[in-house]
Amino acid sequence: MIINNLKKIRSTISAAICFYLLVSSVASLAQQNFDDVEINVLHVQGNIYMLVGEGGNITLQAGDQGVLLVDTMYAPLSDKVFAAIRTISDKPITYILNTHGHPDHIGGNANLAMMGSNIAGGNTIDLFAGTGEQAKIVAHENVVTNILAQDNPIPIEGWPTDTYYTAKKDLFFNGEAIMIIHQPNAHTDGDSLIFFRRSDVISTGDIFTTTGYPFIDAANGGTLQGILNALNNVLDMAVPADRQENGTMIIPGHGRLTDEADVLDYRDMLTIIRDRIAYRVDQGDSLSQVKATEPTFDYDVRYGADSGFWTTEQFVEAIYNELSAQ
Amino acid sequence: MKKFNHSKFCLLLILVIALPAQAQIDLSGEWAAVFHEDSDERRPGPEMVEYQGIPITEAARRRALSWSPSLLTLPEHQCKPHPSDYGSRGPSNMRIWKEINSESQQLIAYHTRIRWQAPERTIWMDGRDHPPEYAAHTWQGFSTGHWEGSILVVRTTHLKQGWARRNGVPRSDLAEFTEHFFRHDNIMTQVVIVNDPVYLTEPFIRTNNWRIDLTQQIPPYLCETVTEIDRPQGEVPHYLPGQNPFLREHAERYNLPMDGVLGGAETMYPSFVE
Ligand SMILES: [Zn+2]
Repeated sequence: MIINNLKKIRSTISAAICFYLLVSSVASLAQQNFDDVEINVLHVQGNIYMLVGEGGNITLQAGDQGVLLVDTMYAPLSDKVFAAIRTISDKPITYILNTHGHPDHIGGNANLAMMGSNIAGGNTIDLFAGTGEQAKIVAHENVVTNILAQDNPIPIEGWPTDTYYTAKKDLFFNGEAIMIIHQPNAHTDGDSLIFFRRSDVISTGDIFTTTGYPFIDAANGGTLQGILNALNNVLDMAVPADRQENGTMIIPGHGRLTDEADVLDYRDMLTIIRDRIAYRVDQGDSLSQVKATEPTFDYDVRYGADSGFWTTEQFVEAIYNELSAQ
Repeated sequence: MKKFNHSKFCLLLILVIALPAQAQIDLSGEWAAVFHEDSDERRPGPEMVEYQGIPITEAARRRALSWSPSLLTLPEHQCKPHPSDYGSRGPSNMRIWKEINSESQQLIAYHTRIRWQAPERTIWMDGRDHPPEYAAHTWQGFSTGHWEGSILVVRTTHLKQGWARRNGVPRSDLAEFTEHFFRHDNIMTQVVIVNDPVYLTEPFIRTNNWRIDLTQQIPPYLCETVTEIDRPQGEVPHYLPGQNPFLREHAERYNLPMDGVLGGAETMYPSFVE
């Protein structure tokens, strides 16, 4: 199954290009200096905190039973992340949930899974009875496939220990129901939304960011339509509070803390861009003709990029390819 | 001859030193909106493709041209309040009240409540910092104020994406704005200066006025969403490029040139009319 997937991934040229980008970004990471990175902690609401540094945002849920993390940033940041966690809770790290398999979200899995239990000690060690003393790492099973497809995968200690292949998986931890909901073929094919029902917080992973157009990782099964479906699901789950402020808080994969209205604007934008490109595709336009219509022009100053890992051009191309294949 | 009283002198000295602070004017009270300025835009509302007088970028113009009012029928859009840089333009009967530290009697904050959608806003007066960039943005944003003589100057950051005019002209979530509140007896004037690095080429300046109203009662306001039109999940009303059916309607009704109604910094200045 995994081998088949790998063959499929490597058989297409576009996949190869994406793969190269991913590999080169991982390679540049190796040289990236994390010395100056600070990990900032923001209390969101209820039991939930957001950790902001370099790479994907971390969601932290803390309570009597222990610490649960959603994503883990890059491996070189683990000491700083751990120090930040200890400003909130001295309990062991019991769970790590991964929104998807990209290195900027799972890089610290191994370090933090081990650290939590090693440091806990004392009477809290009992909490780990029967769990192998290492935090459980929960993710959709496709995250494993995605990790396997990476040229420079994270160490095996950081791979998911508990995968699910169904539409969702439930947890109850620190007195709170937590829903892990698979979002098929969105940012990747292994995306999960994490919904903390009592604290009323949703962690989206890279299905939603406030920093740029979404990276459609086509090589790993990502599609714009899947991202749109996922954003629509977030809108269905989120309820704004009085005067439309706050209510369900939403932690994006990258960028600032948000609520429903921010996701709404992002969903509207992506839907409008999709409709514009779909219209041109229906008219029989080529990719260069579509690009000439500047379908993202009115959003580029806010979300576009001319250089770097994911440019506006790549974004438009990915949508064009997806829509022309239909 | 009376003996020189040091403590009284000291008190007098403190009062004199504190005098600039006394130039502050209390803004609390019930304020009735005065609509003589930009009345057509503010009460019936702007028309489609009426962007004149706003220093918008080409990106803002194209985005506004793709905006369909049907967007507001989507449940998630129905109860949005005006963002605080626009609130005074709508039905803006307003209450302003003070929050005072009961020990020190220092002003901690001004609070405001506007009638339509009942947005409540806090203007912190205690010298606190604005939140970090990764904190949430809200409709009303995060506001801090200070006095410049008798003028209250307010800076607002952390805004949600909003609108420069309520006909689809966007204002981004990276925008910030400054307000100056002047009170002359029973009239209050607010000057709003919006800076938006995404959708404006120059600061966008507007003024709004209120008259004190000792009998004003602001009623409760509850907004509940309803399904106005049954649509498939994820459908977003908008006009495709070049297909806005209202493109020329406003220009033709008032016999205005298209390059005027499409806005831009040049349309703010009298020289444009000449
Ligand atoms: Zn990612």
